[in-house]
Amino acid sequence: MSNATALDHTVAAEAGSQEFLVFSLGEEEYAIDILKVQEIRGYDNVTRIANAPEFIKGVANLRGVIVPIVDLRIKFRLAKAEYDDQTVVIVVNIADRVVGIVVDRVSDVMTLTAEQRKPAPEFGVSLPLDYIHGLGNLDDRMLVLVDIEKLLTSEEMALVEEASE
Amino acid sequence: MDITDFYDTFFEEADELLAEMESHLLELDVDNPDQERLNAIFRAAHSIKGGAGTFGFEALQRTTHLLENLLDYTRRGELALRRDIVDTFLEAKDMLNDQLDAYRQGGEPDPEALERICETLRRLALEEIGEEADVEAHAPPPAADAVAPSPPPEPAGEAASAAGGRFEVVLLGVDDKDRELLIEELGQLGDIETRDGDAERYRVTLSSSLSADDIEAVMCFIAEPEQLEIKALDAAPAASEPPAVAAAAATTSEAGTNEAAPNAAEASPAPGDAKADGARSAPPAEKAPAKAAKSNESTSIRVPVTKVDQIINLVGELIITQSMLNQVAEDSETLDDGALVNGLNLLQRTARDLQEAVMSVRMVPMDYVFSRFPRLVRDLAGKLDKDVELVTEGKSTELDKGLTERIIDPLTHLVRNSLDHGIETPERREAAGKPRTGKLTLSAQHQGGNILIEVIDDGAGLNREKLLAKARSSGLVVSDSMSDDEVWQLIFAPGFSTAEEVSDVSGRGVGMDVVKRNIQAMGGHVEILSQPGQGTTTRIVLPLTLAILDGMSIRVGKETFILPVSAVVESLQPAAGDLYAMAGDDTLLKVREDYLPVVAVHQAMDVAGAITEATRAIAVIVQGEGRRYALLVDELVGQQQVVVKNLETNYRKVPGVSAATILGDGSVALILDVADLHRLSQSKKENRIFENRSQPLEKEVEPS
Repeated sequence: MSNATALDHTVAAEAGSQEFLVFSLGEEEYAIDILKVQEIRGYDNVTRIANAPEFIKGVANLRGVIVPIVDLRIKFRLAKAEYDDQTVVIVVNIADRVVGIVVDRVSDVMTLTAEQRKPAPEFGVSLPLDYIHGLGNLDDRMLVLVDIEKLLTSEEMALVEEASE
Repeated sequence: MDITDFYDTFFEEADELLAEMESHLLELDVDNPDQERLNAIFRAAHSIKGGAGTFGFEALQRTTHLLENLLDYTRRGELALRRDIVDTFLEAKDMLNDQLDAYRQGGEPDPEALERICETLRRLALEEIGEEADVEAHAPPPAADAVAPSPPPEPAGEAASAAGGRFEVVLLGVDDKDRELLIEELGQLGDIETRDGDAERYRVTLSSSLSADDIEAVMCFIAEPEQLEIKALDAAPAASEPPAVAAAAATTSEAGTNEAAPNAAEASPAPGDAKADGARSAPPAEKAPAKAAKSNESTSIRVPVTKVDQIINLVGELIITQSMLNQVAEDSETLDDGALVNGLNLLQRTARDLQEAVMSVRMVPMDYVFSRFPRLVRDLAGKLDKDVELVTEGKSTELDKGLTERIIDPLTHLVRNSLDHGIETPERREAAGKPRTGKLTLSAQHQGGNILIEVIDDGAGLNREKLLAKARSSGLVVSDSMSDDEVWQLIFAPGFSTAEEVSDVSGRGVGMDVVKRNIQAMGGHVEILSQPGQGTTTRIVLPLTLAILDGMSIRVGKETFILPVSAVVESLQPAAGDLYAMAGDDTLLKVREDYLPVVAVHQAMDVAGAITEATRAIAVIVQGEGRRYALLVDELVGQQQVVVKNLETNYRKVPGVSAATILGDGSVALILDVADLHRLSQSKKENRIFENRSQPLEKEVEPS
């Protein structure tokens, strides 16, 4: 895996290439634009919020800032959502907001060239096409490129007040 | 450095000067004006003009120039003040504000408005003085005003045209070091011909191609304006100081008034001649107010609120880290380590002090709010033909900056109401045996962790019958047996107005409900006291700050919530006999004579593992939006001040929750919104009845 990363970095300067943070939800691998990622931290000390959708785990304190924590595994209806040492929260910056997303594992940072990015098929993944940029093709791995901003600001995520924005 | 770097300083200074000018104008007694006040107004105009000239803000300079000349006539008693003249001055001041704003935004002021105000000022000068206001020179002002607080009106604009010549520069009470510097500076400006004197009074004769104003401007970097006297020597002999007078002046102290000088000045030639001769008696001290503002700046700085908030955030974090350290020390076996414990205690104390100090940065005096009302009251009273005296009390009472900005609108509304509906016309007041002049009082005082702001008028008071009749006609449910307090509360109902006719001041029926909503949004409440014929008092109670809150931590199940202490009335252990089940899942708790609805926090907030049996729980009696009810919790943990964090910054409004805070262990606790919690509980009960199913609880396995 690290070999692949090293190789990719050498072609990073190539036009149309873009860096992605790769994480896994269950058996599937997803990737989001690295520029949206603020930091990665452990899953810890999350305060539950009553009357919120199940996938909103609550809010956590990120150095004095109150940040909502969303579990994408529950949102994508994965078989199980367990919280262990490996469980991490990717803190992303979207639409002037800071949101934490819970994933099973963060694997690495990869550069995908334009050729390696394919349009998404009509079916096969557990989230609507609206929130998918496309698929990343890397040797034998397939990455689902998620439009994290669109996903998190969507109405069904209930993270943003409907009336505003 | 670019000159534009100084723009902001000038804008701020000019803002302050204009505010000062306005307050002096408002306090001016038209029939018997205070000389000091007139001088202060004049000085403000003059300083702004000077700055405007320096920075090339032409419109501003022209307007201030015209205004300044008129002010000069008034301060010398040649123009008798009238109310309408003061109005014109105020209007000109507003125009200056507009111009300043335009320049601040990098634009040019509206040329039409400029012409209009210039025309008004010119006409005023023509009518009152019989002279063009912008005629170059009038009788030169007393030169010795340098020491008195009234500087003469030698405008900078003229200075440029009358540049060059020989000058006598007198340094008053300048110490040796500064004097050397000043003389060096002067040497760069022109040729020094003679120099002599002592520290008290040092005279330099200089020939230079610059104007007296320019020379002064340079010197002001080193010396205070009142330490300088600059005179043109090539002038007609009458305009320059006779040596005898100078000698006399030399014997007086630095600040002593030079009695002889005014005579010398008055003896100077008529305007036309003065111009022809190029005679200029240079203005020695008009930079004084600007200078004073500058020296104030060295003791205060302007900082964006976001920076302060950032510091507050960081200090909050520091305190959390500090309590975490304490926790670790207590848990481990290091308690015997005296040095560590001492160090931690010290850290705790310093951190708390730091937090308090940082919080106090956000506080500003109520004067910030009150200072805008004299003008409003004056204008409104004039419009309504009423005589009103405004009294403000507790101007130094401090309040969070964020709140002062939000309280202005509601207060403005209340003041308008008092003037329009409260205080009667002078005729009516006389008929009622009251003094013709009505009194409106604005007061502020601290009351525990709150600030109490009152708007008091001695007007007619609220009319119970009229209010009731109006309420009926607008479809509100009222009865004649309602208490006065309840009747007064009616005016906060949406769309309610009792004004017999709608005026352009108030009475459109929007407003009082907005006032109430705004104040509640700030965590405060408003009440009205009224006596027919005696007047009306509106009291606003607000928390001192929105950034911190006196909180009561409560535990429900494994979760901790914060209740605002201000909402808590009392707490008690409910006895089985005091609980009454009602139809539809409701429970009432009898507390002394009252039956209060019961809301269980674990139900409203879906907490698992909480005490469900009311008699084993604790009932906290709370009050929100005028409604009292009992809140069932597992345990009261304690009281503490918490830093309020907005949930909506990154998330959204949560029902039943007003905000969040960070506890000592770094975790987040939700601050309950007492009024909203009741609504939430009601709607959940309704849902339960209709859907007959309970909300799903936690399903996932979480590490504890």
